[in-house]
Amino acid sequence: MTKENTWIVCMRTVIVTVLYALAMLRAADALAADAAADDTFSQTVATLASTNFKVKERAVEALAQQRHPNTRAVLSALLDGTLYFRKSDQQVFIAEAKEDGLALTDPLTLQAAGSAPASELTRITTNNQLRKQIKGVLASFALTDPNAEVRLAAVREMMRSLDRESAEILRQRIEEESNDAVRRAMRSAVALADLDSSDVEVRLAAIETLRDDLSPEVFNRLSALLERNADGEYVEPDEKVRAAALAAVNSIKSWRNFYASIETLFFGLSLGSVLVLAAIGLAITFGVMGVINMAHGELIMLGAYTTYVIQQAMPSYIEASVLIAIPMAFLVSGSVGVLIERGIVRFLYGRPLETLLATFGVSLVLQQVVRDLFTANNRPVETPSWMAGSLQINEALSLTYNRLYVVVFMLAVFALLVIVLKRTRLGLQVRAVSMNRSMAKAMGVRTEWVDALTFGLGSGIAGVAGVALSQLTNVGPNLGQSYIIDSFMVVVFGGVGNLWGTLIGGMSLGVVNQMLEPHAGAVLAKIFVLIALILFIQRRPRGLFPQKGRAAEA
Amino acid sequence: MNTQSLPSLLFGDRGTKVFFGVLLAALVLVPILHLAVPADSGLHLSGYTMTLLGKYMTYALLAIAVDLVWGYCGILSLGHAAFFALGGYAMGMYLMRQIGPRGVYGHPVLPDFMVFLNWTELPWFWHGFDMFWFAALMVVIVPGALAFVFGWLAFRSRVTGVYLSIITQALTYALMLAFFRNDMGFGGNNGLTDFKEILGFDINAPGTRVALFIASGIALALGYLACAYITRSRAGRVIQAVRDAESRARFLGYRIESYKLWVFTFSAVLAGIAGALYVPQVGIINPSEFQPINSIEVVIWVAVGGRGTLYGAVAGAVLVNYAKTYFTAALPEFWLYALGALFVIVTLFMPRGVVGLADRFAKKEPQVAEAVTA
Amino acid sequence: MNASTAIRNGWQKVFGTGARSERPPPGDASHGTILYLEDITVSFDGFRALDKLTLYIDAGELRCIIGPNGAGKTTMMDVITGKTRPDAGSAWFGQTTDLLTLTEPEIAQAGIGRKFQKPTVFEQHTVYENLELAAAGEKSIWTTLFRPLTPEQRDLLDSVLETIHLKDLQGMRAGALSHGQKQWLEIGMLLMQSPRLLLVDEPVAGMTPQEVERTAELLVSLAGKHSVVVVEHDMDFVRSIARRVTVLHEGRVLTEGTIDEVQNDRRVMEVYLGE
Repeated sequence: MTKENTWIVCMRTVIVTVLYALAMLRAADALAADAAADDTFSQTVATLASTNFKVKERAVEALAQQRHPNTRAVLSALLDGTLYFRKSDQQVFIAEAKEDGLALTDPLTLQAAGSAPASELTRITTNNQLRKQIKGVLASFALTDPNAEVRLAAVREMMRSLDRESAEILRQRIEEESNDAVRRAMRSAVALADLDSSDVEVRLAAIETLRDDLSPEVFNRLSALLERNADGEYVEPDEKVRAAALAAVNSIKSWRNFYASIETLFFGLSLGSVLVLAAIGLAITFGVMGVINMAHGELIMLGAYTTYVIQQAMPSYIEASVLIAIPMAFLVSGSVGVLIERGIVRFLYGRPLETLLATFGVSLVLQQVVRDLFTANNRPVETPSWMAGSLQINEALSLTYNRLYVVVFMLAVFALLVIVLKRTRLGLQVRAVSMNRSMAKAMGVRTEWVDALTFGLGSGIAGVAGVALSQLTNVGPNLGQSYIIDSFMVVVFGGVGNLWGTLIGGMSLGVVNQMLEPHAGAVLAKIFVLIALILFIQRRPRGLFPQKGRAAEA
Repeated sequence: MNTQSLPSLLFGDRGTKVFFGVLLAALVLVPILHLAVPADSGLHLSGYTMTLLGKYMTYALLAIAVDLVWGYCGILSLGHAAFFALGGYAMGMYLMRQIGPRGVYGHPVLPDFMVFLNWTELPWFWHGFDMFWFAALMVVIVPGALAFVFGWLAFRSRVTGVYLSIITQALTYALMLAFFRNDMGFGGNNGLTDFKEILGFDINAPGTRVALFIASGIALALGYLACAYITRSRAGRVIQAVRDAESRARFLGYRIESYKLWVFTFSAVLAGIAGALYVPQVGIINPSEFQPINSIEVVIWVAVGGRGTLYGAVAGAVLVNYAKTYFTAALPEFWLYALGALFVIVTLFMPRGVVGLADRFAKKEPQVAEAVTA
Repeated sequence: MNASTAIRNGWQKVFGTGARSERPPPGDASHGTILYLEDITVSFDGFRALDKLTLYIDAGELRCIIGPNGAGKTTMMDVITGKTRPDAGSAWFGQTTDLLTLTEPEIAQAGIGRKFQKPTVFEQHTVYENLELAAAGEKSIWTTLFRPLTPEQRDLLDSVLETIHLKDLQGMRAGALSHGQKQWLEIGMLLMQSPRLLLVDEPVAGMTPQEVERTAELLVSLAGKHSVVVVEHDMDFVRSIARRVTVLHEGRVLTEGTIDEVQNDRRVMEVYLGE
């Protein structure tokens, strides 16, 4: 077995392990029930068909104690009036009205069990007492779930349609609740109910509790207190309570604004990360080597297409495809980069304008190659499930995972690059050649080799950026073109030859762009940023962090 | 050496002589072959071909403008397509106003796209464009003013070389994004089209098209003469000195920034005029004219022809565009490969373009500047 | 400054018209000194290229400046010609012209000419065109676009062509000249500027002995009418032309005197030969 193979196997093992762990976390609440529990469950469900409400109450009681996974479905159906029994054999079904009768679902398996004309089935009726009992069972059922997320969701659900009974249930559970977030939500729910209390002190205390809750229900409910009804009287009669409510609303408003700006900042940072990823390879080829590579965008595009090809080649490994694509894209774009350097750029050192034109020609050819191989249409690149969804910080703030990963990924790539340039022999040689080519040559550095590798490194990183972009934007032949100008602007803005400048430049451009967007719209924001950049570069042609000293004179 | 007579400009060197000879022949023969020769004759020149040639001539004027800044002054502008398009839009606005009530919606003043967007009033910047002289003035002023302001900021800060190229490209890109917006009031995505008449003449009548063809030829000739005068004057030698050794020229006491600014602005005006002649012939102007690739393509025309010679720029514009017309019809997939390869081959192997090859073939000592490193 | 003067000044800056006549004539050396450099300090990234350099050049003087590599010779030239702005200190051209407020072309127009270490002529231009470019006089676009050289300028050009022995090669591309001929052409360009002060950086590098001799004669003949500052490594050449020699070391003046005084100075020997 060759070295590479071993490496790939190791890589794959790591990936599979990581993914398995993720799957376990997600599937924590999926517990398999054994056959015995199923039997008892079926028998109890069958007794619901009784006409005696006392029997039904006992059945509900029993179901609550058995804690079968399908209990909730059955009880919800009973509450909604969609639980039926078949007249012929008293068998119980969950049923949904269709044009030609009822579509049946077996309560034990929750699988479709055919359909039947409505005349063959009887709806299982409920009375007030029973409905109250079921509601309580359902609520406490969810509220005693071992998973805190389920409990939290249940509380939120109850908050949306709050009545006295559910408020009472919540009030009783607060003390037993172990999770802080869930307890806070419960307190809010109880407090919401308390707003209807006739006791002013209770209402005031409720407002005091609610001012820390950022959920839209609380905000709307508190705002409603300040409104006047049709007769011009305040909904809330007591002035003190109104004042407290106003203060709470304002406080919530400012917190929501605060979190909204954090979200904008986060969007900005993730957009900035995309810019930095796209630009950082350029910071090497343009910043360190002084080579203008107009095909840089197309190298990014190649990275994105590499991701697509890998997903096509191994459709059963979508979860791992992105991780596999990273080294592959580095190799693909890196080798194309080395070819460009050896074939064209090396003959044009010291002639930047010619390099610009020649590499632009390369970019046209690469675009057309991709068009011929993959057609001119956008290619669908799938997102692994672990990148979907979002991280809920609180009611007002949630961060999507793909944006979060882009920021993390960018930082990792950046750190790696800094380490390569500062700590490795290649990095030392790269810096030596960029500072004084002839001296480096005299010291025995193989400058040609260093040139090719440096260019390959910058190009490879463009490919890696392409992998990230494939998760965020359309993968098509024009992908590169839309990033090339931004990339150059980021590098020049940050200060050519300065990696940290690229990082800060890209991040700040991303944030500024996102801050402008709500006021000006996406296109106008982009135009503003471009014009501001043009003006900035004319003020400070050497960027934010210029290189100093004699080296900069050349 | 500085007082240049017209004959000395017209017949200054072989390339120039050939250029004016061909241009004159075209201006005389093409209208005759189009109008006087019956359509069924083998010698008849179709309106399509004549318009195509007229289009090439406006491209040639644009190429001369780029050659002046890049080939002579060493400024690689990737923004000339923008100046071309701005000139085109100014003319397009005039042609839109000429439509009057004949639009689809029949509004007496507002162009169709504004009616479509439910606008009730003409935006302020559309006023005056119903008069030809005003539009013609704007063709010159708008690109010129943009180039002047941009250049004043850029050259004063000594933004040079690829940096300048990059920010000119960014400027073009920003303009493209802006013109794509419907709110800008320039027809958004669709641009300006469906023109009816120019100066009262039906824009599709053969006579009008011949007149436009001749106007393009005359503009090209005048542009060429002006550039020939400039490049052979002392100022022309200063400009080339800036290209070859900028700081040396500065130490000789020349205000490099002023020279660059002046050349850049003049060149932008030429590009604007070229755009203004282009639009009535092709019948449409839209934001895709601002695409960054368009500017770079102009540079490659000049490089193919041979930068630093005006006739080279003209030859390059015609050759590359003829190839483009041919390939995009016959082998559309192949065109981008060909264009891409052209970029590489010309920069690597033909630094002086076709003109350089011709000179070498003729075993003549080159008369004009060869490969320039900027 | 109100808007209209701002616009007028900007206009003059851009088109170079009218501004010059408002200024006093530059380089007023009525006190016998043409160049004052006082406490000039230039740092690059913490490295002091010039460290409180103080130097005076008399009108009509021929001064040689020597010093080991990194002594600050080129940086000093850069400060005088406006290429580098010092961190501290003052630089005056005569009594009235503050060099630190002028741009490079303004300094050149004021009458300071510079010949670079590496000969930089315009290689694509002919010898004649190179000299024409250097000719003193109005250099605005308007003039160069529409006016030929004046008869006086053309006479001067002819005589300079004679002086630098390139009369027969005046139509040749400067890039095709030999190294020595380029050096001469550059000196010729300096003469065309008819500057009050000439800064000459290593004029004889790469010249044949005959050319060196002729250069020495030329520089000596220029002194008196012009002030000349020569930076040179070739001690024989310095001996053949210099009346006064200044030794720079680590950005300061180490010593000043006749060539013999300098060559016998212990500190100078240490600097050149090591401790």
